Amino acid sequence: MTISKEAVWEMLNSIPDPEVPAISIVELGVVRDVKVEGSSVIVDMTPTYTGCPAMKMMEDQVKAKLMLEGLDVKVNVVFKPAWTTDWMSDATKEKLRAYGIAPPDKLSFENLHPFAKSDKGPLKCPFCRSENTALTSQFGSTACKALYFCNECRQPFEHFKCH
Amino acid sequence: MTLNDALKEYCLRIADNSSILAHRLSEWSGHGPILEEDIAMSNMALDLIGQARGFYSYAATLEGKGRTEDDLAFRRDTREFVSRNLVEQPDNKDFGTAMLRSFLYSCLSYLQFRALMNSKDETISGLSAKAIKEVTYHVRHCGDWVVRLGDGTEESHRRISNSVEDLWMYTSELFEQNEVDALLVKEGVAVDLNTLKQDWLNLVDEIFAQAKLTKPAEGGYQSSGGINGMHTEHLGYILAEMQFLPRAYPDAIW
Ligand SMILES: [Zn+2]
Repeated sequence: MTISKEAVWEMLNSIPDPEVPAISIVELGVVRDVKVEGSSVIVDMTPTYTGCPAMKMMEDQVKAKLMLEGLDVKVNVVFKPAWTTDWMSDATKEKLRAYGIAPPDKLSFENLHPFAKSDKGPLKCPFCRSENTALTSQFGSTACKALYFCNECRQPFEHFKCH
Repeated sequence: MTLNDALKEYCLRIADNSSILAHRLSEWSGHGPILEEDIAMSNMALDLIGQARGFYSYAATLEGKGRTEDDLAFRRDTREFVSRNLVEQPDNKDFGTAMLRSFLYSCLSYLQFRALMNSKDETISGLSAKAIKEVTYHVRHCGDWVVRLGDGTEESHRRISNSVEDLWMYTSELFEQNEVDALLVKEGVAVDLNTLKQDWLNLVDEIFAQAKLTKPAEGGYQSSGGINGMHTEHLGYILAEMQFLPRAYPDAIW
């Protein structure tokens, strides 16, 4: 069978991120390119973090999804350009917030200095939007998230770090 | 030495450092002092394993003899490892020592990746652009703990001061270079580590000042030779554990 590129993108967009199922792997930005030749599909993917344990799972899900449609699939893992949270759209970031994860800000060069003091002010709680929040740990349940606590609504929450 | 050989050796160095430090951090999985730290240390280990994989794979490609990233990580012996002596040092389950070890190493790693983002070698610059974001967090996180412990209680200050005394002798060696560097620096592929030394000291001084820690006096004994395969006794024990499975079961796959 043959299939259009757009249709492949649409299928991929229905695969949820295994760690943050509120968004798809396309919205996360790890699918970089799709090439279609007849019934063969080549998908370029890039990991979020170099050691991201979910990468293999995302690859397998892409393969499974497209193979069920009778397509030959090849997944290429590419490292350049490096994945960044800036590839997430505002709509995607809003989905994260609604899911209870404080979304990442825009990446700035200062984020790349280890002792940078952020000038963006405190992080807003995704539940009550209070700015009375505090960092609990730089690392949350996954490498891409940090742990925060809201002093207003007394909820712990995660922050998708700028990357 | 050809440019290709030098580049392979350079990648092995970065990969060996990442892989050995990752192993040290992973020894804390399930043993962290608090849950958040258990997770943080495992996350840092994962980042480093990811970095090691990238550089081992590239080294294997450059070598072109059919060896894989796994062969390079699990089928080489101590004298073939070109990691720095610092990363193999044990922490004897002292959390401060573990944080300080990662801090001292990550400060250099951060500066090195920052420079390597401009490497003329595209794979090196690509891998570095990715790794620097991860290492930035490692410096920040481990630096925070050095401050908390140094400027903490009487006991925590005493213990992290001892860690400084124990680990400082492995810091000069972080900057040792050989003909590999000379060749690659000339080609714009690598960075001359001498140019990073002052920046490294500035990062360390900034944190030590906040932590109320003093650096040991200059002129004390300094370890040497990691990049030429000379290691302390500890590396052999790490490899024995790390390499046991693939050596005992050569057909095992992930
Ligand atoms: Zn709140």
